[in-house]
Amino acid sequence: MRFERRAHRSTVLVVIAPVIAVAAALALAGVLIALAGSPVLTAYERILTGAFGSRLAATETLTRAVPLILTGLAAAVAFRARLWNIGAEGQLYLGAIAAAALSAELAGGLPSILQIPILLVAAALAGMALLLIPLWLRLRFSVDEVVTTLLLNFVAILFVSMLIDGVLKDPMAFGWPQSKPIDEDGMLPKLIPRSRLHAGLLLALALAVVVHFVQSRTVFGTRSRAAGLNATAAVFAGVPLGRTLVQVAMISGGLAGLAGAVEVMGVTSYVTTELSPGYGYSGIVVAMLANLHPIGVVLAAIFTAAMFVGADAMSRSMAIPTYIADVTVALSLLAMLVAIFFTQYRIAR
Amino acid sequence: MMDLLDVLFSAGLWAAVLRIATPLILGTLGELLCERAGILNLGIEGIMTFGAMIGWLAVYNGADLWTGMLVAALSGAAFGLLHSLLTVSFGLSQHVSGLGITLFASSLAYYLFRLLVPVVGIPPKILSFQPLNVPGLSDLPFIGPALFTQTAPTYVAMLLAVLMGWVIFRTPLGLAIRMTGETPHAAEAQGINPTAVRYGAVTVGSALMATGGAFLTLSAFDSFIPTMVQGRGWICIALVVFATWRPGRALIGALLFAFFDAFQIRLQTMLTGAIPYQLFLMMPYVLSIAALAATARRARVPQALMQPYRRGER
Amino acid sequence: MSETLLEIANVSKRFGATLANDDISLSLAKGEIVALLGENGAGKTTLMNILFGHYQPDSGHIRVMGKDLPPGRPLAAIRAGIGMVHQHFSLAPNLTVLENVMTGTESLWRPVSDAATGRRRLMELSRRFGLETDPDARLGDLSVGEQQRVEVLKSLYNHARVLILDEPTAVLTTIEAEHLFATLRDMARQGLSLIFISHKLDEVMATADRIVVLRGGRKVAERLRGGTTKAELAELMVGRAVHRPERKMSPPGEVVLEARGVTLRRGGVDRLKAVDFDLHAGEVLGIIGVAGNGQTSLSAVLSGTARRTTGELRLFGAAVGDLSVPEVVDAGIGRIPEDRNHEGVIGEMPLWENAVLERLSRFSRGGLVDRRAAIAFAQRIIDGFDVRGGTPLSRTRLLSGGNIQKLILGRNLIEHPRILIAAQPARGLDEGAVAAVHGRILAARNAGAAVLLISEDLDEVMALADRIQAIVGGRLSPPVARETTERGQLGLMMAGEWEGAHAV
Repeated sequence: MRFERRAHRSTVLVVIAPVIAVAAALALAGVLIALAGSPVLTAYERILTGAFGSRLAATETLTRAVPLILTGLAAAVAFRARLWNIGAEGQLYLGAIAAAALSAELAGGLPSILQIPILLVAAALAGMALLLIPLWLRLRFSVDEVVTTLLLNFVAILFVSMLIDGVLKDPMAFGWPQSKPIDEDGMLPKLIPRSRLHAGLLLALALAVVVHFVQSRTVFGTRSRAAGLNATAAVFAGVPLGRTLVQVAMISGGLAGLAGAVEVMGVTSYVTTELSPGYGYSGIVVAMLANLHPIGVVLAAIFTAAMFVGADAMSRSMAIPTYIADVTVALSLLAMLVAIFFTQYRIAR
Repeated sequence: MMDLLDVLFSAGLWAAVLRIATPLILGTLGELLCERAGILNLGIEGIMTFGAMIGWLAVYNGADLWTGMLVAALSGAAFGLLHSLLTVSFGLSQHVSGLGITLFASSLAYYLFRLLVPVVGIPPKILSFQPLNVPGLSDLPFIGPALFTQTAPTYVAMLLAVLMGWVIFRTPLGLAIRMTGETPHAAEAQGINPTAVRYGAVTVGSALMATGGAFLTLSAFDSFIPTMVQGRGWICIALVVFATWRPGRALIGALLFAFFDAFQIRLQTMLTGAIPYQLFLMMPYVLSIAALAATARRARVPQALMQPYRRGER
Repeated sequence: MSETLLEIANVSKRFGATLANDDISLSLAKGEIVALLGENGAGKTTLMNILFGHYQPDSGHIRVMGKDLPPGRPLAAIRAGIGMVHQHFSLAPNLTVLENVMTGTESLWRPVSDAATGRRRLMELSRRFGLETDPDARLGDLSVGEQQRVEVLKSLYNHARVLILDEPTAVLTTIEAEHLFATLRDMARQGLSLIFISHKLDEVMATADRIVVLRGGRKVAERLRGGTTKAELAELMVGRAVHRPERKMSPPGEVVLEARGVTLRRGGVDRLKAVDFDLHAGEVLGIIGVAGNGQTSLSAVLSGTARRTTGELRLFGAAVGDLSVPEVVDAGIGRIPEDRNHEGVIGEMPLWENAVLERLSRFSRGGLVDRRAAIAFAQRIIDGFDVRGGTPLSRTRLLSGGNIQKLILGRNLIEHPRILIAAQPARGLDEGAVAAVHGRILAARNAGAAVLLISEDLDEVMALADRIQAIVGGRLSPPVARETTERGQLGLMMAGEWEGAHAV
């Protein structure tokens, strides 16, 4: 079998590729559900109603989508510029602990209007700082950032674990390792009463629009795309490669740091090492499903969140492990890769 | 200070070094083989996890230990074939495909484990590989307990490192693999099929990674715990760079790394309370990053690493 | 010489809309040298890739010694005794000479490689054909000429009876090329059959027994060497009368760019060694040299992508420090990169972005890209420079090489630069595009621009340059005047012999 490159990439194909990928992933997940001896269609139905079937379910799905939009954007921005930031998970934790620490130790007592922005900025800075280390290693020592960002995830989470077991430990938590809580005025306001949905959703949506605008309309966006598509030609055209990558890293790391902040400030109010069920890694899937498009990231994040929330609900009523959601999300990434391939190539006779 | 020396000269430390090194040796050799052929395999973390699960599951269901290893290897080979399909046949991003495989393999491992093993309070156990007392040698003072009381897979892993070195540098097959990783179109011009070489290397390499994972559940421990691989796969990738793509140095690198890890664990128990244990746990990862920074620039990377090869499309 | 060794019968191959090979037939006898003559895009390389099994033909077949060769299998071609010396060598720089030669020659499942026997055979072949080499040298450390010898030895090691050489002299100095052709004639005398692909009439007439001319994918003529002339071959090859533009003498203006002792050190090697030149307004200064002698570094320093280690640069009379790309562009220096596809444009970006990327600050306000102005600019280039096959919004990758080069020329020349740095501006283009590019360069010169033409093509330099300097091993020869210089003398200068050169 041989493939030949399509001369023109049809827009229709690019738009329906993720739909086909998700359908393929769901079909394959169906095989695993059938393997568990459960009726496949019923399981799908329970996932769907579990994710969107009630007002509560829908708000829960959107709540889950908030950090995923942010980590998805973090991955999309970085990947566009060929910066392989696989460290969103660690950046998320550092962002979360920065917000919690600042609120508990310094900014607590400040009114919301001041405190919330301060905490968010601090979280973004923490995420940035963590990504600048591997970028520096790449620019200075030519170390591939994939492995270093991955390894730093473990370091960051251990660092957080150390803090919440030490200086930031909440004395009121009955000995559990968890951070002192965010000050009440540091919490994000709820969007819908009697749900967990918080204003972080608005922030995430606004950032998706901003990122889209920056990437498509600004000089910086054009340069970062150029750097990602062809670094040699970008350098020849005068794109300052190092500086552009630093800027990209700051945006990407900042977004991942914000993901941690909104989760603490919107949902949990304190940090534990179970804060994120892999939001950083799922963000990569989200970004790929969106074909690295910031607006697509929002939709992909909602799909991914729906899988997790729906599968949780489904596994409570059926004998199917909730890990089916992780499997489906991973499969949709692999299927999306294949789908992207077929938007660019076709099978030659 | 005397305590530190005691630790260094305790046979237990050195026995632990070999035990800790074994999965790293297997994983690093597997990754090295893939990369020598020009394919980065970030699926390693998930493949090790799946190997750990499926090998254990096979033994738990009555298979003998070596069959468990074989089952793990076959599962690894299957994921390797998937990675080959995506990166060799389709020429897709090796980064993203590998990460996808890691996410897929580990979540599938957790799913199947939960599905097939009843949830109980204490994780179920199997009877794992027992230390092999090498007759004569294991009775030697110090050396005996340090080096000759390992389980069989540890010895196999070390032999594999030597064998891999031989294959890569002394055989026509190894030359074909190296040429494919350097300049695939040159390999093709000499009648070698780069696609086949890459499929083979990634499949066999992935099988090795999976046995590294299975060592954890069949020898080092006796039960499967999700997330037990703990980034060992990523460390293996760092070790490949540190070893400059040479199997012999991979063996040395893995042992060196395991030495620090074993030492760190003992230090941790000695210094309980004084220093947060998390700092010790960070050491392996920080050490890997430091090793990368020290070697990356000097390393002679296979030139075609991460570059898809399509016939007629240079 | 009558025994037919190789027969290509009615081979056709289509790529998308283009018919690269259209019903081509060709035969080769033992001990014969056949030249496959044609300009870029005539289908020569496609035909040879089919012969060697890199491509499958759509129809037709190939017979070696009367036996059909299975299509699309390089291994079968090697076994049948066909060896190919690629224009871009098929060699691994990080492996040794012996490893490069031995790869794939033994059964893959042997437990140990027999390097000793391999070494003996390699040295034997090396002696027999006078192709000197060091089996333990790392290939990447060898010069281009030495690498080509390894490529030839590799085929001989595989028992090749038919040797195909794709543009073998493209990377050689005139003297190395003469050596090569002497070796090839010697091989033919020893019974090998050779096909060499070329678009250079001189070497074809000097070496081939028989000449096959391809044009537009078709075989248009077949001539014995004795029965044709260069003039006839030129007409057959081009098919239509394409006139390359002619340079008219004109007095040069003042010096606009001056280099004194410019040195570039990279990776522990001096890529440029104390380079001196003066570039005048209204002249073309040709820098001639064989690939890999520092041309890339020279254009990088002048284009702003590399910083010189030492030396002085004066721009319009004033000394300048390290130049960045934006400074170079703002100073009115146009740049044509040597690798237009990988350095000149970003294929996945639309034409308009490629048109303005290097002067983005001028097409933006407050950090926002002014798309409308940029698209209008791209449209002006498309109209003014006859760029075909795309609109400002279509992907640049879809353009042909010639049209990509017109886009690059356009984005530089539309602004009437005072200096143009043109590296290999016509490389790989077909005759029509070459004429267009040359015409633009001469027009810029006539309008008063100073052009630094860096080229490996002697004909190109002879046609365009007013003065010429040779580049060898990072050094520049003193300049010679085009009008008073013979090709032979330039050939010597390209080999580093310029003691007697008369500087101007």
